[in-house]
Amino acid sequence: MISLVKHILGITLLIFSFAISAADEVELDLRQISQQLVGAKLKALPVIIKQFEAGGEVALPMLDAMLKGRLFIRKSDKLIVVGERQENGDYALMDALSAESLTALPKKQLKKVKVNNRLRMQLRDIIARVTLFSADPDIRESAVRNMLNKTSKDNIAMLEQAKNVETDSSVMELIDLALAINVLTTSDIQAERLSALEIMDGSLEPIVFNTLSTLLAQDDAGNNLEADKVIREKALKLKNSIQQEIDFYELMEKLFFGLSLGSVLLLAATGLAITFGVMGVLNMAHGELIMIGAYTAYVVQLLMPNTLEYSILVAIPAAFLVAGAVGVLIQRGVIRFLHGRPLETLLATFGISLILQQAVRSIFSPLNRQVVSPSWLSGSWELNPIFSLTYNRLYILFFALLVFFILQLVLKRTSLGLNVRAVSQNRGMAKAIGVRTEWVDAMTFGLGSGIAGIAGVALSQLTNVGPNLGQAYIIDSFMVVVFGGVGNLWGTLVGAFSLGMLNKFLEPVTGAVLANIVILVSIILFIQKRPRGLFPQKGRAAE
Amino acid sequence: MSTIRNQFSSLHDLREKAPIFLAVLFGTTIYASVCNLWVPEESIFHVTTYTITLLGKYLCYALLALSVDVVWGYCGILSLGHGAFFALGGYTMGMYLMRQVGDRGVYGDPLLPDFMVFLDWQELPWFWHGFDQFWVAMLAMILVPGLLAFVFGWLAFRSRVAGVYLSIMTQALTYALMLAFFRNEMGFGGNNGLTDFKDILGFNLQSDNVRVALFLCSAVVLALAYCLSLLIMSSRFGRVILGVRDAENRARFIGFKTENYKVSLFVYSAILAAIAGALYVPQVGIINPGEFSPLNSIEVVVWVAVGGRGTLYGAIVGALLVNYAKTRFTAVFPEAWLFALGALFVSVTIFLPQGLMGLIKDKRSVTGKLFFWRKGRKPEEEIV
Amino acid sequence: MKFNKLIKATAAALSLTLSFSALAADTIKVGVLHSLSGTMAISETTLKDTVLMMIEEQNKKGGLLGKQLEAVVVDPASNWPLFAEKTRELISKEDVDVIFGCWTSVSRKSVLPVIEELNGLLFYPVQYEGEESSKNVFYTGAAPNQQAIPAVDYLMNELGVKRWVLAGTDYVYPRTTNKILEAYLIAKGVSPDDIMINYTPFGHSDWQSIVSDVKKFGSTGKKAAVVSTINGDANVPFYKELGNQGVSAEDIPVIAFSVGEEELSGLDTAPLVGHLAAWNYFQSVESDENTAFIEQWKTFIKDDKRVTNDPMEATYIGFNMWAKAVEKAGTTDVDSVEQAMIGITTPNLTGGIAVMNSNHHLSKPVLIGEIQDDGQIETVWETDGTVIGDAWSNFLPSSKDLISDWTAPVSCGNFNTKTAKCSGQNF
Repeated sequence: MISLVKHILGITLLIFSFAISAADEVELDLRQISQQLVGAKLKALPVIIKQFEAGGEVALPMLDAMLKGRLFIRKSDKLIVVGERQENGDYALMDALSAESLTALPKKQLKKVKVNNRLRMQLRDIIARVTLFSADPDIRESAVRNMLNKTSKDNIAMLEQAKNVETDSSVMELIDLALAINVLTTSDIQAERLSALEIMDGSLEPIVFNTLSTLLAQDDAGNNLEADKVIREKALKLKNSIQQEIDFYELMEKLFFGLSLGSVLLLAATGLAITFGVMGVLNMAHGELIMIGAYTAYVVQLLMPNTLEYSILVAIPAAFLVAGAVGVLIQRGVIRFLHGRPLETLLATFGISLILQQAVRSIFSPLNRQVVSPSWLSGSWELNPIFSLTYNRLYILFFALLVFFILQLVLKRTSLGLNVRAVSQNRGMAKAIGVRTEWVDAMTFGLGSGIAGIAGVALSQLTNVGPNLGQAYIIDSFMVVVFGGVGNLWGTLVGAFSLGMLNKFLEPVTGAVLANIVILVSIILFIQKRPRGLFPQKGRAAE
Repeated sequence: MSTIRNQFSSLHDLREKAPIFLAVLFGTTIYASVCNLWVPEESIFHVTTYTITLLGKYLCYALLALSVDVVWGYCGILSLGHGAFFALGGYTMGMYLMRQVGDRGVYGDPLLPDFMVFLDWQELPWFWHGFDQFWVAMLAMILVPGLLAFVFGWLAFRSRVAGVYLSIMTQALTYALMLAFFRNEMGFGGNNGLTDFKDILGFNLQSDNVRVALFLCSAVVLALAYCLSLLIMSSRFGRVILGVRDAENRARFIGFKTENYKVSLFVYSAILAAIAGALYVPQVGIINPGEFSPLNSIEVVVWVAVGGRGTLYGAIVGALLVNYAKTRFTAVFPEAWLFALGALFVSVTIFLPQGLMGLIKDKRSVTGKLFFWRKGRKPEEEIV
Repeated sequence: MKFNKLIKATAAALSLTLSFSALAADTIKVGVLHSLSGTMAISETTLKDTVLMMIEEQNKKGGLLGKQLEAVVVDPASNWPLFAEKTRELISKEDVDVIFGCWTSVSRKSVLPVIEELNGLLFYPVQYEGEESSKNVFYTGAAPNQQAIPAVDYLMNELGVKRWVLAGTDYVYPRTTNKILEAYLIAKGVSPDDIMINYTPFGHSDWQSIVSDVKKFGSTGKKAAVVSTINGDANVPFYKELGNQGVSAEDIPVIAFSVGEEELSGLDTAPLVGHLAAWNYFQSVESDENTAFIEQWKTFIKDDKRVTNDPMEATYIGFNMWAKAVEKAGTTDVDSVEQAMIGITTPNLTGGIAVMNSNHHLSKPVLIGEIQDDGQIETVWETDGTVIGDAWSNFLPSSKDLISDWTAPVSCGNFNTKTAKCSGQNF
């Protein structure tokens, strides 16, 4: 076994010098090994895969394909191929080793090479070792990062070699860190260990904190596991400073979570703030308008299957128009007959919400629909190893604020906005000076509904798109608007973010369910104290 | 102004109709009971136990609708949270029935209900004590929802929260309670609620006699509540309530402490709802947090709206009709029920602001209404 | 008075139009009690269609006992009291011989007293928390020992998991399952510090804090895994958040007990590849019965994209067993069928044989699968043989002495082996 490892290591290094001639030979070897995959049981795979490491970079496409579940066996001749699903459902194939492309085949004629988590881990390790000397510094970095947590003897030997040839400073830092951790845990020489701690200082990698914690741990009798007092003291200092940073970033994270929840609430409530706050119409179908927006995103995605990355951008105006149109219909068809009768409006719009829900259920089936997240909305922005912000929530936060400010502009700077404000402040007077109040009503309602539709598009990136989507947000939206103060958009902004924050700071203490209850009850009590919310509308319009 | 006079005349009208209403109510219930118990099963006149439980459920709903009508129709308080009082009443009864199970649960624990046993509760939570006594449960049934209604009403009416704000707050209240009762830590069985009851006051809940007795009991309670509400509404207190509904500020200026009137009425209504809940639970055999769902409460409002608010018997007729339709509809076209219910909400508010009862009282026919509406005639003066 | 006439007329018209259904020829009636509207419609409609498909199939084969089967479908509308009411309607008004239905535990609990009172027969096809065995119910879904315990064993032995997050929706199934798992893990020597239990409300959509907590819990150097009993709708935002926060299956695998092919069909599964699910059936399992079943389903539902899932298999097994038992008993009489059911075997869809045991639970194989990027779940591990469903968990102090055996001489669903008592039975 040991000789094999040496052999492998030898070959890995050799590849760099005798690239071309060796590659052919290696390929031949690999082809033999890869044939073992045919008919192999899942349990037998680790041993087979292990041998691929010897193939070095030549085996890389194959390993990578296997990791991603794209490695197949062609049933006709048992050839190992990499397959990529095409539009028509067939698989575009290429030889796993020679990268020669082959004729596409349907799924039925291929057999997938099974992988599971354990194999994936193994594959990643192999890939890390193989790519440690890659030309791309990013690939090298992820290779080192992968090895950081698995400091076996071989890995350390390889990292030491890599250190000699490494040119990129950030990769270098990581290599140093990995070696330092190794020194700290294995060496006996105090000076070496102290300088290792020096290198570890300031690193937020979880492994550093964990290593320090293990170092400082005590056994059951209360004796320190680490005998060296100097090392202990230094490590403790280091650990405490890291702990401080962790605490700080945890707070930051909580703030971000609160802001993010707040932005979702803001998006959901802004439309309501217009229809309820400005027009005084209590629209219980507001949640369903959000749902319509989300379904519009789904339909837009169906209509443009080749540009999924950007369909969401098209969906935003589309959802605005669709939900806005439905809103205008509701206003013209029902609400205008109930003018000045808020309780009846509430009941009628509730009826509409039931109809819309059932309509969606009949058209799209009760099953949830999937709105694809484009890649630029997936994943997270890693600021450091312990603090990262997810892109979808970050974008939604900015998007919510953008929508809010555009709305403010519309209300403050356009003639529609002027009319809206006029009608909401004194309907009779506005009418008297020639404002077409009916038209303004319809447009305002359309505007509020359209914004609900936009909120639906944003929510489709976070949660289920299903017939019940709207119901989940209606009570929260009302709470935000009432809490912030009806008729005051800024109140809605403040209300949404403060409720979001409150929720996220309560949640770790009370759990998610109780946090919700506590917030609801406190809003109920708050409204009893200040019936007009945080920022009551002043002047005559308030009565 | 005219609406007030209308309302007084309608009170008079109500007193006249009361005997008819009571006669119909008792006529049908006694007929159904007799046909269930003493008419042999083969006979076409036999009423099945299924029908009896169904009717019993409708009567409980009717009582709930009555309680909503009392506050909405007579005082303009649109509560979207009466389901909460209904469910609380149901829970107190459920707790009593749970304790009655005793050691006949599947684990044979003499004290703890089954759901506590398998979630490894060691002792009975304090609020479950005493519920093995019927009178304690009955007391709790009145006190708990009554107190909640009092605190909520006192806070809300004193700070003059009214109209849609109040409606939203009541909705938030029932929503918060729903979330709370879903929590298993609360000790009310979480999502599963309370179920698998054995007997009530020593009588087996599954026997036909007990079912009929509960059914008759519901009818009697409904009749009593109806008469009591009628009395209240025709008393001086009731007139102040009407005054508050139509012009609260004026009533206040005259010197009435309107909030006191409103709170008292709200508490009365909550207790009625709770009694409805307590009668409902032994008949359907389960109580769970789903009853707190805001949707349920708002559905009650539509029963009242369909029947016609401010008429008491209208609410009852509305509840019976809509629920009958629901039972029928969901059996035949389950998918269409929500469409029908939604359309009912919309059409009743637009075309029948006074409900079916208003339709009868009004000499004008539906078509006449439609005609006026088309001509752009303003809907009748809003009474809220 | 006009009005009264109106009511009478409408009532009469309604009952006329609706009562003709009762007068059909001599058939065997099969009740279908699945929500077709409301929140549970999303899952239950599929099962209603499955039962209808099975009935159609059986009728093609000539029905049962020379009679055709007739489905009586009702809609309990995700409303739990309505489940009890509809059960009563099915049994006492429609005279059905058997009912296939229910999904949630609460709906089953609601039906239970009625079905026992009227001596009906219910086949319950969903995995559940156990702690129940009724004479009138056959449980064809998994009990905790047929799903949760093998899943934990797999994580512990195959993946070397040392720290455990038990995350669930706050209702009885997750609560009980997690209680059982907690006791099981502690019995296996896991320290209570290494177990984190978290409950969220139904339909929870903001998972930021919880996922971040899980991430921290899993970054201490010991291998961690999440055992998820999160219900239905809440899963989509949960998995989305997992994907976005970069929790990969290799770092912290999530094993789910309520996520099957149908739930995954509403989700982009690319970021979830490698997360796990434990069931007794996956659509991807290769067997002749399964291929035929999938084919039949797609033809019946007229949609090539529809998937199959574990509760459908449970319905399939339950239906076939009932049909076999009726033929064995020569009658649809509940008591005879109930006794005939015990010991009945039929092929399951994973190439094995399902056996109905005397505790009204099935013997099933347990499969652990990994989620693939096409929304399917591929088996990565399975038990050697089948596992007998255990009605009463041995890991709960309250039920460790209880056994269920519906054959003589015990004939009891909750027989206490210590006190030799059978509590609370009223028949």
